[in-house]
Amino acid sequence: MAWFKREKAPLGQGEEKKVKVPEGLWSKCPSCGETIYCKDLEKNLNVCPKCGHHSRISARKRLAVLLDEGSFVEHDADIVSVDFLEFKDSKSYQDRIDVALAKGGSKDAVICGAGTIEGTPVQMAVFDFSFMGGSMGSVVGEKITRAIERGLEQRTPVIVVSASGGARMQESILSLMQMAKTSAALAKLKEMGLPFVSILTDPTTGGVTASFAMLGDINMAEPKALIGFAGPRVIEQTIRQKLPEGFQRAEYLLDHGMVDVIIDRREMRQTLSSILKMLYRPAA
Amino acid sequence: MATQIYMDFEKPVIELEQKIQELLALSGDNVDLKNEVAKLEKKAEEMRRDIFANLTRWQTAQIARHINRPFTMDYINLIFTEFVELHGDRNFGDDHAIVGGLARLDNEPVMVIGHQKGRDTKEKVYRNFGMPNPEGYRKALRLMEMAERFRLPIITFVDTPGAFPGIGAEERGQAEAIARNLREMSRLTVPIIVVITGEGGSGGALAIAVGDRILMLQYSVYAVISPEGCAAILWSDGTKGEQAAEALKPTAQDIKALEVIDEIVPEPTGGAHRDHKAMAVNLHKAISRNLKELRKLPAEELIEARYQKFRKMSRFVE
Repeated sequence: MAWFKREKAPLGQGEEKKVKVPEGLWSKCPSCGETIYCKDLEKNLNVCPKCGHHSRISARKRLAVLLDEGSFVEHDADIVSVDFLEFKDSKSYQDRIDVALAKGGSKDAVICGAGTIEGTPVQMAVFDFSFMGGSMGSVVGEKITRAIERGLEQRTPVIVVSASGGARMQESILSLMQMAKTSAALAKLKEMGLPFVSILTDPTTGGVTASFAMLGDINMAEPKALIGFAGPRVIEQTIRQKLPEGFQRAEYLLDHGMVDVIIDRREMRQTLSSILKMLYRPAA
Repeated sequence: MATQIYMDFEKPVIELEQKIQELLALSGDNVDLKNEVAKLEKKAEEMRRDIFANLTRWQTAQIARHINRPFTMDYINLIFTEFVELHGDRNFGDDHAIVGGLARLDNEPVMVIGHQKGRDTKEKVYRNFGMPNPEGYRKALRLMEMAERFRLPIITFVDTPGAFPGIGAEERGQAEAIARNLREMSRLTVPIIVVITGEGGSGGALAIAVGDRILMLQYSVYAVISPEGCAAILWSDGTKGEQAAEALKPTAQDIKALEVIDEIVPEPTGGAHRDHKAMAVNLHKAISRNLKELRKLPAEELIEARYQKFRKMSRFVE
């Protein structure tokens, strides 16, 4: 126990301010602590060159990484959420939508469209976690369903890259129904014998996991991605036990038979392409 | 039901009813007192009707979770005959939070499946408070696929706070089990009638709630998350359930307005827990009527209509 209190801040604490690093030039790996030149990190698809830690990448970047250059044609970009329940907690849902829209990025939490992967035509849906935590409301459910239906019409494989906190509470029952709607569309795709690849990235939880994300012919995860139904905090509070090491991480799910394969982001396009070529035979 | 459990908002009526009981005991042959009792009984009935006509959403949620509310096994006993319970998912175990089996409805064979809660502490634990593990959903799917093979309609009863959030549940694929049910139920070639009887809690409810007709009992609730869970996340305060219940709009009227359900089944005055038999009669009628309509549809029409039913469930601007 200290006998007296130091009134001033200890020496040396002000030092951080002195060594001012221009913002956005260097970044620190959240896993190994390595300082990385941002441009290098970006070139490496936000994967730490030292320890291989996968940080999040934007939906646009993901599309650029996976699809053939210039092949992407976006669909349903202008569908927008509405606050039909007049849902209000500390903020109204409408305010939350407006704030998210004001960022100027995607107009909701998923970007959908068609493209090719080494020539194989695909329908893509990529979650944008920066839009309300990638939560699924009517718009996300509708866009994903349409992507699957376009896959049915055009007889192409469908790929969904998930990053989502789950169903969007502010749309209550209708967000729940998106789980049934998207899964029903996948049932048709399955009957038609068209491949569905679900790519699970950090984090994929709740109603997204409990619907299309777990229904891939191939469930492919990124290293260490958090994937689960209930959030770790909810589980801890319910069972009042500490959770095991690595619980709900991609490797844990692989061990328990819930994902087919874990793929490094830098190799994902290649693996995806070869899987699609083995599974998919375009109509003559 | 030996012990009655009352909700806060019922208090004035309960007090009046107790007074009536006391008066009755005193009255003997006293005609004046008997008239008084009759008057008070009428008043109590009016009060009850008044209270139940103006329930808040939070109060409705409390009725939906009332410990004396009929559970799936109660409905099975009151509506169906020859019930044979079928256990297990043929894979891991038998989940006691979901019951299912063959039975007859109006003399015709059907498959019945539902969440099951417990009434006393021991049974509550045995039923895991109505919160299924993956093997529960897999048992349900096994029974539904059997029903399809033998051309039996499926009737499900939904009453759960949600799928169980536990380590084992995650390890055995809670999300996968729910997702698979959603996908497979959408293509089953036999009629499916879903009844939300109490709590329709999130994905754990939906996993047995994809059907051709979805009915909700008058005082049941159905939402993406429990009011408490929602409050814990959005208000960072699990005790703000009342506000969350208002925001989530989970009552039968709310859900009907969004066209997610087809029909509201009326409950006896004061709620289903006050009269199991009367509730069962209402529900029996509603199920029989809907099933009669569905039996007329060829399988292909049935599943396409089911697809379109869920396909339309959304609100957005384009």
